[in-house]
Amino acid sequence: MLRFFVRRLLETIPVMFVIVTATFFMIRFVPGGPFTTEKAVSADVLRNLNAHYGLDQPLYRQYFSYLGNLLHGDLGPSFRYTNRTVNEVIADKLPTSLELGGWSLLVALGIGLPLGIMAAARRNTWLDYLGSSVGMLGLCVPTFVLGPIAVLIFSIHFRWFNASGWYGPEDRVLPCLVMGFFYSAYIARLTRAGLLDMLNQDFIRTARAKGAGELRVIFRHALRGGLLPVVAFLGPATAGILTGSFVIEMIFQIPGLGREFVTSALSRDYTMVLGTVILYAALIIALNLVVDVVQVWLNPKLKLE
Amino acid sequence: MVGGFLLLALVLICAFGPMFSAYNFEDQNLANAFRPPSAAHWCGTDQFGRDLLVRMMIGGRISIMVGLIATFVALVIGVTYGAVAGYLGGKTDAVMMRIVDILYALPFTIFVILLMVFFGRNIFLLFFAIGAVEWLTMARIVRGQILSLRKMEYIEAARSLGYSRRRIIFRHMIPNILGPIIVYATLTIPAVMLLEAFLSFLGLGVQAPMSSWGVLIKDGAEKMEEYWWLLVFPGGVFSLTLFSLNFLGDGLRDALDVRAAKD
Repeated sequence: MLRFFVRRLLETIPVMFVIVTATFFMIRFVPGGPFTTEKAVSADVLRNLNAHYGLDQPLYRQYFSYLGNLLHGDLGPSFRYTNRTVNEVIADKLPTSLELGGWSLLVALGIGLPLGIMAAARRNTWLDYLGSSVGMLGLCVPTFVLGPIAVLIFSIHFRWFNASGWYGPEDRVLPCLVMGFFYSAYIARLTRAGLLDMLNQDFIRTARAKGAGELRVIFRHALRGGLLPVVAFLGPATAGILTGSFVIEMIFQIPGLGREFVTSALSRDYTMVLGTVILYAALIIALNLVVDVVQVWLNPKLKLE
Repeated sequence: MVGGFLLLALVLICAFGPMFSAYNFEDQNLANAFRPPSAAHWCGTDQFGRDLLVRMMIGGRISIMVGLIATFVALVIGVTYGAVAGYLGGKTDAVMMRIVDILYALPFTIFVILLMVFFGRNIFLLFFAIGAVEWLTMARIVRGQILSLRKMEYIEAARSLGYSRRRIIFRHMIPNILGPIIVYATLTIPAVMLLEAFLSFLGLGVQAPMSSWGVLIKDGAEKMEEYWWLLVFPGGVFSLTLFSLNFLGDGLRDALDVRAAKD
């Protein structure tokens, strides 16, 4: 187990390196810089700005000094926010996005798992059909449709919540429900399929023959294996929740990192874009690693590979 | 079946509907702005007095076109990559599939956003960028299928006849796995359309004066407080299309019983 973990951990190093390098050069080969604005900046000012941020040096030198700083955890100064470093901006915005994502994930699991389990346990009854239709609904009504419609109904029509903002606890309700609902649909489908797969196996028949009750069969015997597809999905899903939060943060005007990323890309804030990409990539890779370990723990057969 | 008919109806309406409409999708009529749905304008009008129904049909053309072309790009990349990996096998296969595994773990949406931001919001780039993201699962499925065909006798026969690798892969193997490819392509189209709409919603996809469902939803979401129909109709049509595509894909999968496409 430890060897497996260490090997996977070592594998992430070249991946991260490629991501950093590719993003760095991709950004630089694009027309337009952080200081190209509508109003013309005088040549002197521009030269000073470039010198201040080290943009006048050869590209390879900028690259290596960036890598060196990165190894110390320093993501450099932001071009758009004067006197703020990328680290500060991220430290400021990330907690909001994490809070949004965390609650959404809880909502997704809280709706998806019970629905999937019920659908599998009562196959071909109305409970099953309910689960499947909710699943289909989630697949077909994306967050950027569901979000505004939820605002229309609950904020504008009923006036239960604020239409946007991120202040009190009531502001968390709509964004997290909307985002969580989308993923709960996938989770319900996967739980149902995984559990049905398990319930057809011989060891379940053995458990039933030994007189185990239905609840015990499902929760003690079938669920562990049945959750495998769900766990496998959670890696990419968390990535999706992080990136999906771009839209949610736009709709509900939440001051999180997703919105920051889109605006900084639009204004060519090189270091900010690079820092955010690195952070997202690292988060996603770390989460995939956790998912792999949990999968091996749930299914010891995988250890052999 | 229901999915198929619904889809056909939507495509036909988008393709031929504008011809039968009294309105043009870009003619502005400011005196007529923000009219709620009525007999003259079934889905109401937008801030420039343009008929929403016609705009939805025109936007639908773009959305469906992006869905088809980007899926085709994904199809070409995925099938070729998967077939080559599966046919060659051994070390090459291991390395190629490891690359796919690694790419799976990358935050691709972020890269598509960067591409769109930096290289102009060009619709052809949009096709390519989305296609380049969606080919991974296709490659896995095709590889698995090719791997199982590789040991078949007729492939052995083709090889002993001295046919080239390319001929064996494309003339003998791919036709035999068209079933799963078609099923998965049907399921890729809604994913692609979703990504396009997501980008357009962020303002990075299709640009004015062209329009797509994503753009209409974005515009609608901005003005929904007073003018609900601008959001509800495009959102509804978009969801309906995704629904029929997913339904069709699920149906085809059940009919052809492809296990590989199940994830």
